[in-house]
Amino acid sequence: MISILTAHWSELVEGMKYTIGSSLIALIGSLILGIIFAMFVISPNRWLRIIGSVYVEIFRNIPLLVVAMFFYIVMPRFVPGLDGFKAGTIGLTIYTSAFIAETFRAGIESVAVGQMEAARSNGMTYLQAMKYIILPQATKIVIPPLGNQFVNLVKNSSVLAFLAGFDLMYQGNLIASTTFKTTDTYLAVGLLYLVMTMPLSYLMRYLEKRWSRLPTV
Amino acid sequence: MSMIEFHDVNKYYGKFKALKNINLTIERGEVVTIIGPSGSGKSTLLRTINGLELISSGQLLVDNHDLADPKTDMNRIRKNVGMVFQHFNLYANKTILQNITLGPEKVLKVPHVKAAEDAERLLGLVGLLDQAHKLPSMLSGGQKQRIAIARALAMHPKAILFDEPTSALDPEVIGDVLDVMKKVAEQGMTMIVVTHEMGFAKEVGNRLLFMADGEIREDSNDPREFFRAPQDERAQEFLGKILHVD
Repeated sequence: MISILTAHWSELVEGMKYTIGSSLIALIGSLILGIIFAMFVISPNRWLRIIGSVYVEIFRNIPLLVVAMFFYIVMPRFVPGLDGFKAGTIGLTIYTSAFIAETFRAGIESVAVGQMEAARSNGMTYLQAMKYIILPQATKIVIPPLGNQFVNLVKNSSVLAFLAGFDLMYQGNLIASTTFKTTDTYLAVGLLYLVMTMPLSYLMRYLEKRWSRLPTV
Repeated sequence: MSMIEFHDVNKYYGKFKALKNINLTIERGEVVTIIGPSGSGKSTLLRTINGLELISSGQLLVDNHDLADPKTDMNRIRKNVGMVFQHFNLYANKTILQNITLGPEKVLKVPHVKAAEDAERLLGLVGLLDQAHKLPSMLSGGQKQRIAIARALAMHPKAILFDEPTSALDPEVIGDVLDVMKKVAEQGMTMIVVTHEMGFAKEVGNRLLFMADGEIREDSNDPREFFRAPQDERAQEFLGKILHVD
């Protein structure tokens, strides 16, 4: 395993760059999309609720690989320049956003109804109440499940390997098929995934502790 | 121009009639207490006034705006009508000071410094200036409710609704909250108070409504007289049940 790491270090690092790049983009994208669709799902507006629910249910219940393949195979017909990395990252973003939307919905709904009533009675609009009162409290609640989603996201980014996305798993496949040292290669790849996900787990745990002390989030 | 006018207002939850044919006019500066058995529609009536509950039929005018009119801006009504809840509902993620300044700053666009000055004045009024930088979770129930009153006052509303403000409090702190409410009443604020505090209804209120089964059964401009000799049969029964210990 050590020999694989040393002999193919540059390819593996290259793969990690793509994995981290894709994960970072998908993390930010899915967080934004997830919050927006969570707001849709709980919206007082019926049409927004329907759009939100359909989105969440569709992307939550289709395998990630199928979603990613859709963006890799079907979408380039309409959107030129959609390579494996981009298609996979978009698929990963959308797939993850459905889970994040569900996480935020549950978080928002666990904030007491009275908080919204108080904010509205204070003259705030629905969106102001969300922004200043509900979402900050919901965020604190969703940090632990959100941490799980982010770790899953990094692991799920290995789907890029199927779309020629140049990520760590892709490089691992290449190394394994050229060296035939499959066991060592995938052990090394697994280790490198751990190197990326463990700090993320600890970061989320740190945030969880820190935010629980803060008065205003 | 009256502060609040109900004309033939009904409110249904499915088949259940929560409010039946309410006709009620409340003038500026009145301190109206609403009493009655639980499930009589007191809180529902109160919550229709700032649109937390929507009426099913009839007409409800608040500050001369028809609440059923889609053109009516509910947020504008709520700027002018404060609310104090049974369970306080202080913003859990904000300090005491921020609880009071948030509305004025974000809704009325008052500059922060000015909002904070006003908040400190109000904290002085409710006797909790030293708690300004704590979180709501660090305060006792009685203190929370006094902050909730300060939060409502900070909007300089035309009226404040109180939904059983002392029902969730320990007996020994109820007096502190009632004292603050009395001060607010003395400043001429229009107040509508759903309460089980008969002392407050008698001493501070200048009008009393008795509700039962979604109806206003008695409307008295002399609360002391009401307690001495209630006219309505249900009111007699209700007072008989709650006052027998006195």
